Amino acid sequence: MGMTMTQKVLAAHAGLPSVKAGQLIKAKLDLVLGNDITSPVAINEFEKAGFQNIFHQDKIALVMDHFTPNKDIKAATQCKQCRTFARQFGIKNYFDVGDMGIEHALLPEKGLVAPGDCVIGADSHTCTYGALGAFSTGVGSTDMAAGMATGEAWFKVPSAIKFNLTGKLNKWVSGKDVILHIIGMIGVDGALYQSMEFTGEGLKNLSMDDRLCMANMAIEAGAKNGIFEVDDVTLDYVKGRVDREFTVFQADEDAEYERVIDIDLSSIKSTVSFPHLPENTHTIDEVGDIKIDQVVIGSCTNGRLEDLETAAEILKGRHVAQDVRAIIIPGTQSIYKEAIKRGWAEIFIDAGCVFSTPTCGPCLGGHMGILAKGERAVSTTNRNFVGRMGHVESEVYLASPAIAAASAVAGKIAGPEEIL
Amino acid sequence: MKTQGFVHKFGDNVDTDVIIPARYLNTADHKELASHCMEDIDKDFVNKVKPNDIIVANYNFGCGSSREHAPIAIKASGISCVIAKTFARIFYRNSINIGLAILECEEAADKISEGDEVAIDFDTGVITNLTKNETYQAEPFPDFIKDIINKGGLLNSIRK
Repeated sequence: MGMTMTQKVLAAHAGLPSVKAGQLIKAKLDLVLGNDITSPVAINEFEKAGFQNIFHQDKIALVMDHFTPNKDIKAATQCKQCRTFARQFGIKNYFDVGDMGIEHALLPEKGLVAPGDCVIGADSHTCTYGALGAFSTGVGSTDMAAGMATGEAWFKVPSAIKFNLTGKLNKWVSGKDVILHIIGMIGVDGALYQSMEFTGEGLKNLSMDDRLCMANMAIEAGAKNGIFEVDDVTLDYVKGRVDREFTVFQADEDAEYERVIDIDLSSIKSTVSFPHLPENTHTIDEVGDIKIDQVVIGSCTNGRLEDLETAAEILKGRHVAQDVRAIIIPGTQSIYKEAIKRGWAEIFIDAGCVFSTPTCGPCLGGHMGILAKGERAVSTTNRNFVGRMGHVESEVYLASPAIAAASAVAGKIAGPEEIL
Repeated sequence: MKTQGFVHKFGDNVDTDVIIPARYLNTADHKELASHCMEDIDKDFVNKVKPNDIIVANYNFGCGSSREHAPIAIKASGISCVIAKTFARIFYRNSINIGLAILECEEAADKISEGDEVAIDFDTGVITNLTKNETYQAEPFPDFIKDIINKGGLLNSIRK
């Protein structure tokens, strides 16, 4: 029996010639990730268990991104604990205010994840790195502690859904719309315990930013991981970033899939997820008249260069509608700097937007854009659960940067065509 | 291993943001987390819950974030077991790793009502509804997971 991409990566890291769905394995890890919320719990567990050392100084990444720059004393205390731990054990990839970015934007940019890697992170959106052809999955803090100590983790080998992509996206339609469309189709538990494997001739038409966004939201369909076949787009991206050898794994021709879903990229329309689940999708033409109070463009889902470029294109020479707060947050310092260099920061500020330092902030209702009772936001983030961005009676509509930017100008949920 | 308690019922897709809202994630203190458990889905939960009580829910319980604070808050609030039709995978993993008992059982989730008194035998997977005088069969844990639980959680199980 042939193996899927995910199964091949897992077999190689378990030191086994082959694995099959349902098998329990122990795999060697190339990277263990944590942030300022999940690492303190992991560090407590690590210390309580009495571990004396970490498995590798280069293969642990701690990124202070969620409640930073520290939103309150408790958040500052948590970051301090992470910093002390990183210095104590000589963890090389410790990223704090000033050089940190949103973890899942930062790590690929820094070349810390390579195709064929096996990665765990104490953050559910760790599945983002599947865009690079890595097996990468979110775990909890105890798994992170065990990973930091041993460099290994246990996994149940997942079965897979194959997404066969064809065609090319239309103007203003992005990877965000594709993944929202898919979640709308299969539901928030449509890929539960499974891997989502993306392949097909349409792949070449998806940029790395589109792929990172799609893999990022695999968890929103319940998936263990999302993974993209490695091609020239991937290899161009990692060139000059990844400075070590890596292996490219391809699915066997006779690999077994639970389902195969064909997606014609040219048929995808701009898509919006209504409260309070990412599966509540509507295409932009079905949305109707929904007035908004806030727009957020950023996050590990959509805080990358192309996302800001799209926002700048739409906001240039326009102004945010009265009584709408528009908050734009670049994913990393390097994206921030590039946005300044290309003149986008000026466009955003002239349009009446806030242009902030990188942070996860408002996405999880942490800080930098909390909603009051009854308020509505259009956000390029990944979750619209009850109370996610603030008050339990506030609402989050998930959408692409194009929809979010256009909505900021229109004062209601709108596509770019309605305001350009 | 056995437990017995009264049931708090929830629906589909109970996410980790309503189990423990992110605004409380600036602490890792178990008691403090427990004091906000389920706050955004049932404000009164923390006042109603008693030691050994049981949560029963439908599909995809614990979906969303990987925050271990979610099973920690549930466990520290006194809940002795969560029964659901299915669990989101990270929540499932985290629960086992921290020693919160969880069972998948469609029949139990369908037939148990709010406030029922339920007894669970984890070795056999038998769930007894003492209020309705019914029993339901859940899959007992696979040996691999039993081993982690018997050794007192993941970190104890990997320590040489």
